[in-house]
Amino acid sequence: MLQINRVTKQFGGIKAVDDLSFRVKKGSIHSIIGPNGAGKTTLVNMITGVYKVDSGTIFLDGADITNISTDKLVYRGICRTFQNLEICENLTVLENVLLGFDKYMDKSLLKSCFRAKSIQVDEARYKQRALHLLGLIGLEKLADQKAENLSYGILKKLEIVRALGTSPELILLDEPVAGLNPKETQEVSNLIKTVVADEVTIILVEHDMKMVMQISDYITVMNFGKKLAQGTPEQIANNEDVIRAYLGSGVVC
Amino acid sequence: MIELFGFLLSGVTVGFVYALVGIGFTVIYNSSGIINFSQGEFVMAGGMSTVFLLKAGLPLGVSFILAILITSMIGIVLYKLIAFSKNSSQISLIILTLGFAIFLRGLAEVVFDKELHTMPSFVGDGAFDMFGTVLTYQSILIMVVSIVIVVALYFFFKKTKTGQAMMAASINVDAAKLMGINIKKILMINFALSAAIASIGGVLLTPITSTNYEVGIMLGLKGFAAAIIGGLGSPFGAVAGGLVLGILESLIAGYVSSEYKDAVAFVALLAILFFMPGGIFGNTKAQRV
Amino acid sequence: MLKRYNINRDILTLSAILIIVPFFFQNDFYYEIAIVSLLNSLICIGLNMLMGYAGQVSLGHGAFAGLGGYIAVILGSKYGITPLFSIFIAVITMAIFAFIISKPILRLKGHYLAMATLGVGIIISIVLNVEDELTGGSDGMSVDSFTVFGYEFNSSLQWYVLCAILLVFTIWMFTNLINSPFGRVLRSIEGSEKAANSVGINVSHYKSIVFVLSVVIATIAGSLYAFFSGFISPSEASFSHSIELVVMVVLGGLGRIYGAIIGAVILTILPQLLTSFEDYQTLIYGAIIIFVMIFMPKGIASVYEDLKGRLFASNK
Repeated sequence: MLQINRVTKQFGGIKAVDDLSFRVKKGSIHSIIGPNGAGKTTLVNMITGVYKVDSGTIFLDGADITNISTDKLVYRGICRTFQNLEICENLTVLENVLLGFDKYMDKSLLKSCFRAKSIQVDEARYKQRALHLLGLIGLEKLADQKAENLSYGILKKLEIVRALGTSPELILLDEPVAGLNPKETQEVSNLIKTVVADEVTIILVEHDMKMVMQISDYITVMNFGKKLAQGTPEQIANNEDVIRAYLGSGVVC
Repeated sequence: MIELFGFLLSGVTVGFVYALVGIGFTVIYNSSGIINFSQGEFVMAGGMSTVFLLKAGLPLGVSFILAILITSMIGIVLYKLIAFSKNSSQISLIILTLGFAIFLRGLAEVVFDKELHTMPSFVGDGAFDMFGTVLTYQSILIMVVSIVIVVALYFFFKKTKTGQAMMAASINVDAAKLMGINIKKILMINFALSAAIASIGGVLLTPITSTNYEVGIMLGLKGFAAAIIGGLGSPFGAVAGGLVLGILESLIAGYVSSEYKDAVAFVALLAILFFMPGGIFGNTKAQRV
Repeated sequence: MLKRYNINRDILTLSAILIIVPFFFQNDFYYEIAIVSLLNSLICIGLNMLMGYAGQVSLGHGAFAGLGGYIAVILGSKYGITPLFSIFIAVITMAIFAFIISKPILRLKGHYLAMATLGVGIIISIVLNVEDELTGGSDGMSVDSFTVFGYEFNSSLQWYVLCAILLVFTIWMFTNLINSPFGRVLRSIEGSEKAANSVGINVSHYKSIVFVLSVVIATIAGSLYAFFSGFISPSEASFSHSIELVVMVVLGGLGRIYGAIIGAVILTILPQLLTSFEDYQTLIYGAIIIFVMIFMPKGIASVYEDLKGRLFASNK
């Protein structure tokens, strides 16, 4: 589904991502792991068009999507979440999820100003769908709360649900359980599994090894911008290079 | 050629005053992240206070020092007001400093008057003859004092304990607190220092351009322009920005149109913001992602 | 019926106030202040949409209103175009101008955006002062009377009715807009541009649209002001007018639909009340701004909402 061909990104002499290639299979959960500074978030930012690649190409289902901007990629079926939570705290929980459906909504100025019937009807329909999504994470009751009043753990889940609103084919999750307690981690992990049931391909960047090993179909290990290893969770767990890299950086699997 | 040299000289003179305003602005911005829209009024306060203290019969030196002290006190009052307003957003703090500027203008109207004032130069009205154009003693004084202030600030921030503490506080507030640095006191000193620098600019400029209660508006804005042109946050940038601005203004006024002189600063400001958002000396990392 | 058009209680209240207030007017001067308040309210609604909802600061809207006014006036006086049509051309011109400058300017953030809009505003005001052959320079120029299809606006009451209807209509459209998906997009930009971008929103496109809209409203209000007062001068486009407008919006309450009106009305009336203090006018004006920003940084409308919230809470 997603094909990454020899992409490179430099930040002033330092190669954050260096000649990296891999493929992501449709319907899989493909995790990208590696020590801090290995270039994982840079990679996500390149796939989602936040950074321009210095060289290399990225293909989605055979179509070149290299350097296409984030908002246009949403229309091609790619959506992402952020390592450092990006939630509109000035909106309500429901409004945040409704934002996910934005690409389907009619926002013509005249119709909005004069309160066209079609907009009202659409809004009501998407509200139902948004409430359904909130139901998945048990948040219907908090729908009208301002997002700023909610806990970090809930907002992390909210971000994933918002991304689902865009009905993506590929979703990139950048450290979805960072900073969550074990219970919340399990909930997010369950959420991700149910998402896969809907046949969405997932690229997961995560440090939580337990979760990665549990839910991944495939793992790519990065170190210093390069691909260190690739394989199924079992293969990775027994790969000596990976163990060395992780012990070297002080992270225990 | 002689003409050009004359324009350059007067440009540099005014440029140094813009630089002083810009530095004062930078000192507050670096320590608190606040854009102080009353910086120009500090300049006005310095000039007007000196003029009226002189009129009251005080000697020049005493008036000068008192004016700086008065303006520093005004700076501290502004800090107290800002410290008093809790949980304010960036925009409401901008409005607060704008309100303070209006307040100071109103105060100057009441305490002083609405007339245009000038005062004698510290160093007399003499001038050197340089390659056919004149360089007044006052211009030389402005340049010397400005350079002395820049150098003194450099040593203050690099070499003295208080200065280093202030730098540390501007870089990382939490870490500085852990180190036992009193942030409130530091901020207060910064506001006073900034006001003092601005007031010196005001006193130095008054013999050349005169002063009145409204003179701060344009001066303040041009000082901001200087700071941004040089790169927001860098005192040396403010000096460079001030000089570039002063010279450009003088050249445009001399060769193109004196009416559009005041527009120069803002055209330059926009050009820098659009094409070099980090300024000449500032952080080149784009502020416009 | 009302519900379908979203004519809610607030809009009815506003209309009622606008109808009742003139009964207390003792002379033309009251009308004059009221009309200026209404026109300032209009500009502030647009500015509030830009600042309070989309989160983009502008310190140049006085200049945009002034320039728009000048274009309309000059078209009328130099080229004999009828007022309504010249306002229309001014709106189109300013919309194009705003769209062009919006692209580079709205890429800037925070202080940089504030300084850039300020810069554009001051350049406009300098040009209006210098190009005296066209604009009459700092003395300003007189403006022909306002006629629409032969119907002349010459009494204060006519102007008041015109501006009041315009305000109610604008606030109705604005309420609809803010509560539509479009409005949600605007608020999301203030909340997090990255979040908005990640769900497919072209952030810079929407910023441009709001900027253009707010400039269009400012142009309409600025032109009407010129026709109403029969005179236009560069002070309409000055830095202090731009600041005044921003203060109105912030004082009333950023991101509150009626905040803009509250701020505009208070700050239009305030200087009139202070004229009796003569020399102390500026001083008191500044002190009031400082006071409000210290004790109610979210604006007067927020204080009202807090009070309302507390009353409801105590009822429960």
